[in-house]
This record gives sequence, structure tokens and C-alpha cells, in this order.
Amino acid sequence: MQRNERSQPAAGTDSETNQNRRTLISWLLGGGVAASLASFFYPVARFLDPPQVTEAAVNEVAAGKVQDLKPNSGKIVRFGNKPALLVRVNDTEWKAFSAVCTHLNCTVQYQEARKEIWCACHNGTYDLDGRVASGPPPKALEELAVKVRGDEVVISRRV
Amino acid sequence: MRAPAILFLLCSIAGAAAVDTCVTCHAALEEGAKGPATLIKGDVHTAHGLSCADCHGGDRTTDDQDASMNRAKGFLGKPARTAIPKFCARCHSNPDIMRQYAPRERVDQFELYQTSVHGKRLASGDGNVATCIDCHSVHDIRAVKDGMSPVHPLHVAETCSRCHSDKEKMAPYGIPTNQFEEYRSSVHWEALAKRGDLSAPSCASCHGNHGAKPPQVESVSAVCGTCHVLFAQLYDRSVHKAVFSGVGGGGGCIVCHSNHGIHQPSTAMLAGPKAVCAGCHDAETSPAKTAVEMGAWLDGLDGALKNSETVLARAEEYGMEVSEAQLRLIDGRENLVKARLAMHSMVSGEMRKPVEAGMAVAAETLKAGQAALREKDIRRWGLAVSVILIAIAILAIRGLIRRIESGPTAMTASGEKTL
Amino acid sequence: MSAKELKTKTFDWFDERLGLREGRDLLDHKVVPVHGGTTWYYFGGITLFLLAVQLGTGILLLLYYRPSVAEAFDSVRFIMTRVEFGWLIRSIHSWSANLLIFAAFVHMFSVVFTHAYRRPRELTWLTGIVLLGLMLGFGFSGYLLPWNQISYFATKVGTDVAASMPFAGPALARFLRGGEDVGAATLTRFFAFHVAVLPMLTFAFVGVHLLLVQKAGMSTPSGISPARLAQMKFFPNFFLRELMVWYGVLAILGTLAAIFPWELGQKADPFSSAPAGIRPEWYFLAQFYTLKLIPSHVWFMEGELLGLLGFGLLAAVWVTLPFWAKGREGETRTKWATGAGVFLVCYLFAFTILGYLK
Repeated sequence: MQRNERSQPAAGTDSETNQNRRTLISWLLGGGVAASLASFFYPVARFLDPPQVTEAAVNEVAAGKVQDLKPNSGKIVRFGNKPALLVRVNDTEWKAFSAVCTHLNCTVQYQEARKEIWCACHNGTYDLDGRVASGPPPKALEELAVKVRGDEVVISRRV
Repeated sequence: MRAPAILFLLCSIAGAAAVDTCVTCHAALEEGAKGPATLIKGDVHTAHGLSCADCHGGDRTTDDQDASMNRAKGFLGKPARTAIPKFCARCHSNPDIMRQYAPRERVDQFELYQTSVHGKRLASGDGNVATCIDCHSVHDIRAVKDGMSPVHPLHVAETCSRCHSDKEKMAPYGIPTNQFEEYRSSVHWEALAKRGDLSAPSCASCHGNHGAKPPQVESVSAVCGTCHVLFAQLYDRSVHKAVFSGVGGGGGCIVCHSNHGIHQPSTAMLAGPKAVCAGCHDAETSPAKTAVEMGAWLDGLDGALKNSETVLARAEEYGMEVSEAQLRLIDGRENLVKARLAMHSMVSGEMRKPVEAGMAVAAETLKAGQAALREKDIRRWGLAVSVILIAIAILAIRGLIRRIESGPTAMTASGEKTL
Repeated sequence: MSAKELKTKTFDWFDERLGLREGRDLLDHKVVPVHGGTTWYYFGGITLFLLAVQLGTGILLLLYYRPSVAEAFDSVRFIMTRVEFGWLIRSIHSWSANLLIFAAFVHMFSVVFTHAYRRPRELTWLTGIVLLGLMLGFGFSGYLLPWNQISYFATKVGTDVAASMPFAGPALARFLRGGEDVGAATLTRFFAFHVAVLPMLTFAFVGVHLLLVQKAGMSTPSGISPARLAQMKFFPNFFLRELMVWYGVLAILGTLAAIFPWELGQKADPFSSAPAGIRPEWYFLAQFYTLKLIPSHVWFMEGELLGLLGFGLLAAVWVTLPFWAKGREGETRTKWATGAGVFLVCYLFAFTILGYLK
């Protein structure tokens, strides 16, 4: 081919520089390929490492231990990217709702004395089925399902 | 013998089931008189088994006009306008009758009506005011929950406006006619009609329906407070209560928020050229300064939260995990709502707590967002490094190819196939 | 025993059992013609490389992906946000899928324009067409897997098109959806197609395709006499060049994935109304747009049916290209193939652009 004339090796000192160039190329080749491969496999290795939070779905969230919540009390737990309100109505009965008030998206809370769910922002109240009892909320709270597994309380989306 | 009321009921059911001569004859009439006979098909009374004669009297079993519409036998015909409320009240104010059809229905409408401006004027002989049929329509009267009813929450305002926006009709009474127009620009109409929130107020929610009457100055905050409970409580404790809700005070909430055209409140009401406070408080006085300070706090918190939101949204666009911070941001927004509420105490100290809590959330989430953006930059640097490594490898391979091809053996000239 | 001897012995040991020498000789003797169009030879390799990338990243995604309606979207979001470098792997998988189909198209058209499908390479062409179909199947099935709003509705539209085919259409749509409508069963099915059925078929066809390429050697464009052409050895000369190209492609992939991470969108909600502007992936856009343009009734048949018949006819003509575009004497009829190729490229290009703009 036409190219081989152009890069015909010359005699004398040129062969020495040629030799140097060869070592440089070998070094670059080995180093470059190895380093680039490392840069591909580093992410892969990290990918394989299971992340801290092993639960992918937000359809189910562990909301804590049974004994952590007294009967007739409630607490806010994280459910996906929204807060949820877990209420322990009595010893055995549990309820959970989306804690986002349907009026202006404030977070609601459980009122022990009145046994109702209350929004501090505009005094909206909901009953323990999530229905609007009074105040400005236009819609009921979305109810979530609660399961007790052993001493663990699990909240999930209703299907 | 059975009680006459039951007999009456039995007859009416039998009559409705058999041929109803009121309907058969009137349906055959020309357009004008035919109306009621066709309209009653959609009427809630028809759905309950009632028919023409149950209101208008007469005998529905005979097709002899003289017998069926015999006034001597109890036929009432069309009541005079001033007699309409009483006409309906025969049943609607009678708990015993109402119990049979709609046991939970109230029976005090007529009583309330008599206390209303409409009712009082009607009693004084003014036949132009609204009676039952002007709002509920006549002959195709539907239940309030029925979407086609003129008194369904979505239609109430329009129904009232039929008279109250009519300049000619209102001229004798000397009241304004712009309420409907103003109401339609309000947040309440927006919530009701655009967001479909049927609990949002229309005319009757504040003025009452059967006892319709403008709220008095001292009762405005109570009216607004039926929904805006906490605002009303703070207002009642505030210095404004005595002034606004007193005699000649302008009417509580509406002094700042107006009545029918209630718009989304903003900090422009506190400070700046459109400030409502400036109506009473001169710029250099201490209340005006407090208002400006409150506005600045709310704006500051709002701005800080929005800034955090923007940063987090940008981080999210780059695929960064910021859901934890976004969840925190909900707290921040809640504090903003609370601060706006606390403002109604007119004491800047009450606002401090939610504002500070909100600002802390804003700062925290901003930090999280910025950290996520830095992480994104790290990714880009990682990419740059790996691209550089790739470039080195490519160059090295190029060098290798040159080296191989500079040898005379590697290339075969045309014709000298190595196959 | 010196290192060299050890090397020879090991080689001999394996050679005796595997026939390494034959393979080495084969590789030694494989040559690539050097001419103006040599560049096009790289695209087959690029397609193969991207397929390998798909295989690798696909297996990685499989570690965290969950193929159920309740979990699919959340698991992809989990990969994108919680798993270290998950954003990178998923974005590379998505970008690479698109580049792969693009490269496959370039490869196909380069074959048409250099008339490389001629005797004895008809079977290579046919297996290549099957592979293209498999790649499109990968694209179509993979698009649904994240279970987001856009992909859900695009799949609805896509399977509806299948349903309007004559005779077998409704049955085919039912088969694809695993029921009457796109739903949980569809996701499970598409997942099975995407990770089991299609890869298996692809393996088989890639194997045959490569074997046929090896058997027939590299084709030289028509009009150039092979005898007068310069050649380069496949290994290492051409292979090293190909390696450079692969590195370059990898750099492009990484850059695309890092700077434009693939969107996740909104979780699919079967009860919501279809979002505005649903459209399939770009490689189905031309057909999609054509079907949209055809009026609902043409003459005596439904417009969609007419469109599908048209596509069927076009596909048949295209698939049988090696059989009608050969000259009995000389190569005059290759012009027909070039014409068909130019027409198809123009059609796909124009309608894809138009589909985007609409």
C-alpha cells in the first residue's frame, strides 16, 4: 500500500528513537487500556454493591415497632416521598393515611382527646376513616393499608 | 277507616300508576300550557311518586275538565307569586309529611324565608323578590345534589345573578349589581368551578339560602370563620377586631380582603404601593413598619423555599437522589402557611417561630441540593477522566497500528494475496 | 522449561483439543479490502459492540429491576437514584439501545449501497434483516419496562396497530398483550421477551450472521475489481482500528449518559387519559406518522389496514432485495437496489423529522 513507503524505518540514530517510541507506545497502550478498563469496571463494581436502602418500592414501608406507639396515638412516618400518618386506634386496631391535607398540603396530625385527625394550618379535621369532618379540606385523606407482622408495623398502598 | 293522610298517599300512588289525566290532557295542549306536563318528568317530586294534583289539587282520575279542575272540589290552580312560599310550605314545613319522602330534609325553610330580605319584602307585598320557584325552578324542581339543579353548588351563583346582576331589577332597591362579576374573579369561585371543590363557598354559604341576608358588620368574621377557623380566632384576639368589627368599622375580614372579589392574598397587601394597611396606617408609624417587616419575612421565607426548590429540582433533573430533602421541604412550606396564618394576629412576635423554623428548613434543603449538584460535577469529572483515558488508549492503539504497518511484512500489496 | 516452551506446550495442549491453530490460521488469512468505502465495514462491528454493551448493562439492570406493575417504575427509580452508578448503567443501556439501532440501520444501508448483498451473500442479508427485526423487538419491549406514562400509552398504540392487521391481527395483539388490554400481563410478557426470548434468538442469528460473513469474506463494492484492490489483514490491522472506533463509541455513550441522563417520567396510570404528544421511539416514528397521515377510510378498506399492507409490501420488497436486484448479465440492475435504498432513506428521514415536528 502507498502508506508503507512513507513510514519506512531509517538507519542509524533513528532506530534508537524508534526504539524509544516503541517503549512509549507499549507503555501508553498497556496503561491506557488498563486505566480505561478500570474506569469502566469501577462503576460496575460499585453498581453490584447493594445500596443501604434495599427496598426499591415505596408501596410498602416499615413504620416502626408495635410497642413504640401507645394505643390512641399517632405518628408521622415517611411513605415514599410523602409523609403518612400512622394511628394506633386501640390495642389491636391500626389505621394509616396519607398525611398530606387535601386543602393546602400541610401535614396532618392525630388528636388524641378528640380521636380525630387534625390539620394545624386551617383547622381541618378528618374522622378515623379519613373523611372530612369539618373545615376547609375538599376531599378525604387517602387511606393506606396497615399490617402488623410480628412486632413490626408495615404500611402499604391499598390495592 | 284509615287516617286521611295515608288515604291521600295511597290515592296519589294509585293515581300516578294509573292514567294521570292532568298529564295526558296538558301534554296535548299547545306549547305554552303543555310546559308543566313535560317538565315534571325530571322533577324530584315525580320521582317520589307525586304528581300535579298533589300540589295544585283537583281530580286526576277524570278527564272531564269541569270535574278535574273544579275549584269547589279543592282545585287550587296557579298560586299568586306572593302565595308561593306558603304553597310549598304546606308540605315542606310539615315534618310528618316530609318524613315519608325525605326524612333528613329540614322543615324550617319557610320560617327562615320569612326572616330573609326576600321574605320580608314579599310579606310587605313586593311580588318582584325571589320566592321558592325563582331559585329552585318550577315543575322541574331537582334535588340540590342533582348537577342540573339551579341550586347545585356549581350553579348557585349564576342563579342568584339572574336577578342580582340585573341593573334594572335592582334599581328600586339601590344595591350594587357587580357581586357576581367580582365573585367570579375570586379564589372561592376558582376553587369551586375550576378545581371542582364543591365545599368551596358560593353566595348562599355566607348569605344563607332561605334566610338570605347580608351578614352584619359584627358577624363577618364569624361567617368567614366557619371555614377559616384559625384566622378568625387570631383576628378575634387582634387589635383590629374592636376597630373593624365595631359600629361603622367596615366589616372585619372584608376590610382587607374585600367581600365578593376575594383574591389570592399576597405580601403586596402588607407593604408597597398596593398595601391595604396604608389605608389607615401612615408609612412612618410603627404599625406600618410592622406590616413591612412581616411582609419582608414572608417574602424572605417564600423566596428561600423557592430557591431550595429550584436547586433541588435542578439536582433531580440530573438524576440525583434528593427525595429526602424534598420531603423536608414540605415542612418548610407548612411553616410558610403557618407564618401567613400567624400574621393575622398582627403581632410580629407570633410569626417569628414559624418563619425561623421555615428558614432553617430552607437552609438545610438548599445545602442538600447544592451538595447534590456538586456530586453531579464530580460525575462530570469522572466522565472527563474516563474520556481522557479512552483518548490515551485510542492514541496508543493508533501508535501500535503505525508500528505494525511500518514493517514491510504486514501489508500486502495488491495482487499478493496471503490467502 | 523456559517461558517460551511453556507457552508453546500450553498452546499445543489446547490446540490438540480445540483446534486453535485452525482458528489462528483463519484469523491470519482473513483480510479486509481497502478502498474508499472501508469506513462502512466498521458499522457491523459497532453494532456488535453495542450489542455487547446492551448485554452487559442489561444483566446489571436485571439485578435490581422488578417486572411487576406495582414495582417496575419504583425499581427503575431505585436504580436511578439509590444504586451507586445506577443512573449511569441505566442511561447507558437506554442510549446504547438507540445508538445500536442507528448503527444497525447505517450498516444495512451501507450493505445496500455497496451492493454487498449479492451472491453468495443472500443469507447474510436475510439473517441481518432478522437481526434488525429482533433489535426493533428489543426496543419495543424494553420501552415498556420502566412502566411510565409515555411508554404505557405508546405500547397501547403500538399493540393497537398490531390489532388492526388483517386476519391474525387481533390474535397477535392478544398474544403481545397477554390479554385484551395493556396491563400487568403485558409487562410480564414484554419482560420475558426482552430478557429471554429475544436474546436467545439474537445469539443464534448473530452466530449465523458472523459465520456467514466469515465464510464469504468481506465483500467489495460492485464496480471495483477485487483483484486490483489493496488489502489489510483483519488481525491485527483492521481489528485495532475497530478497537479504536469502539473506544470512541464508548466515550460518546458515556458522555451522553452522564450529560443527558435518560428520563424516567411519570409512573403509568392506566386510568388517566392519554398524555398529549405520545409518540413511539424515533425508530418507529416514520411508520407511526405515516399511519397518522392516511385517512381513516380509503376506497373500500380501513386506512390503517392500507398502511399496514403498504408496509408489508415494502418490507417484502426490501427483504427480497438480493433476489431481484441482481443482473443476469453484468450488474445493471443494482441501480434498482440503489434507487430503492435512496427512496427508503429519504422516506425514513423525512417522515421521522415530520413525526417529530408534529
